[in-house]
Amino acid sequence: MLAIDTDGLTKDYQIGFWRKRPYRALHDLTLAVEPGDVYGFLGPNGAGKSTAIKLLMQLIYPTSGSARILGRPVGDVDVRRRIGFLPENPTFYDYLTAEELLTYFARLFDIPAAERTARVARVLDEVGIGAERRMRLRSYSKGMVQRVGIAQALINDPEVVFFDEPMSGLDPLGRRDVRQLLLRLRDRGCTVFFSSHILSDAETLCSRVAIIAQGRLAAGGRLTDIVGVDILGWELVVDAAPEAIDRARARVRAVTPLHEHRYTLDLAPESPEAVLQALTADGARVVSLNPLRRTLEDYFVQHVAKTAKREAAL
Amino acid sequence: MSLSAVRKVAVAVFKESVRDRVPYSLVIFAVILMGASFLMSKLTAGQDFKVIKDLGLATMNAMGLLIAIFIGTGLVSKEVEKRSIYAVLAKPLTRASFVVGKFAGLVLTLAVNLGMMTAAFYLMLQYMNLTTDDWIKQGWRAPAHDPRLLVAIALIGVQLTLTTAVALFFSTFSSPMLSMLLTLAVWVAGHFSGDLRNFQTAVDSPAAAAIARALYYVLPNLDPLDVKNEVVHGLPIAWTSVGIGVASIAAYVGVLVGGAVLVFNRRDFK
Repeated sequence: MLAIDTDGLTKDYQIGFWRKRPYRALHDLTLAVEPGDVYGFLGPNGAGKSTAIKLLMQLIYPTSGSARILGRPVGDVDVRRRIGFLPENPTFYDYLTAEELLTYFARLFDIPAAERTARVARVLDEVGIGAERRMRLRSYSKGMVQRVGIAQALINDPEVVFFDEPMSGLDPLGRRDVRQLLLRLRDRGCTVFFSSHILSDAETLCSRVAIIAQGRLAAGGRLTDIVGVDILGWELVVDAAPEAIDRARARVRAVTPLHEHRYTLDLAPESPEAVLQALTADGARVVSLNPLRRTLEDYFVQHVAKTAKREAAL
Repeated sequence: MSLSAVRKVAVAVFKESVRDRVPYSLVIFAVILMGASFLMSKLTAGQDFKVIKDLGLATMNAMGLLIAIFIGTGLVSKEVEKRSIYAVLAKPLTRASFVVGKFAGLVLTLAVNLGMMTAAFYLMLQYMNLTTDDWIKQGWRAPAHDPRLLVAIALIGVQLTLTTAVALFFSTFSSPMLSMLLTLAVWVAGHFSGDLRNFQTAVDSPAAAAIARALYYVLPNLDPLDVKNEVVHGLPIAWTSVGIGVASIAAYVGVLVGGAVLVFNRRDFK
């Protein structure tokens, strides 16, 4: 059984004030997310990521198509006992404290009173909300509200979590904490479906990704297949005299001066040793040598651009 | 719809709204107004109790109405506007349970506020009773702590329940400001229902009279629930009319909350 699957999910909105016309926010989205996957749902702003997540949470209804979570239709209230959801830029009740909010949500899940207090304390600890948990939410910073949002998504120990832009509003330390939390969820066997446009996070965390652009699924697959292991070239950083660099120019693809006597050289994938030997013989000092592989960013840019071109042609 | 989920949402609404400063400030304002009526009554010898009871009941009605309109019209629309609804609706509860829970929570808040105002009101009446000479009391048509006051207050509660249902209904599809205006309009029309029925005596236009009569049949009639005058002046209450009024309001509340659920069930939360 798949953790999440959608079949031709499509959403049209009516736009315009006087003369209403349909605007297709999501075109025929078909996805299959395996249990235990950390699934990155990636796309530029306005690509349709949140629309898809709202359809999965049944906050909006599809124009056509269907979706299932853990094999049950998304409209099934009981399946929501097994999932967690963090909305994009979440807001909660100003006059409740974090503890009260989570207790309220725990009650909606029918978590027994004896277990409730300990569960609330545990998830708040997990997201790093300390003594502030007894303060009203209206006094929280954006980052703290985001942490509370993550905590409320985990209150029921979900089998599948949906995080819409989980890193939004977080400082670098917060982002690191959330990355570690997502990895812990993965290790517990939880399926994580998260939307983001921050590719470095996706590259660190995901087992599979889907790229969405202009409401269409542009590409997707296992991250290991996308990023690949083939070496596309080498990035060599050296400290060298300008004359030594001039003599090496013929053997390299590009030279970028960094600052006085320090250069980055872009080498072809085949044997960088010859260039290294020539430069060191010319008095250069090697600072670093790194292989260049296809990144998720390359893949993302390529498929988003391809979709944009296809849409423009229609 | 699950009653257990309704109860949980209602308790959360109650917690949230009692902490909001609006009900507090309105209850304090009501107590101050009742105190002011006590002072005013000192200037009208022999009429003290009537003035206090009259103003006390009117103040409770007005303050309850303000709470019902201010909080009621934001019950759903503010949640949608602030997007706090997203996390709640992803939990295991139906949209119907959410809407009915919101309604029940505000009715609970109003009941507690009305209870607090009633307690303050009776304390003031007790003080007046203790400090008034017996020969003045002999002129009163109703006793100081007339239990019929509780009937008048309970009927204010029924009117406020209807106002909350109207506010909730409008808040499921329109902005808080528009909902506020529409709810107030229904409340005003409900109190002038008799005038709508006999509108043809005031205007020459048959079309206007027909519209007024149609509104009379569509809008709730709050007049039979207003027994302040009877209670204050020790006059008999028309119980049959009150009974029919309460039953019709119960039906209106059912239709409005049901309508709110239907509208809310179909909505997209973009």
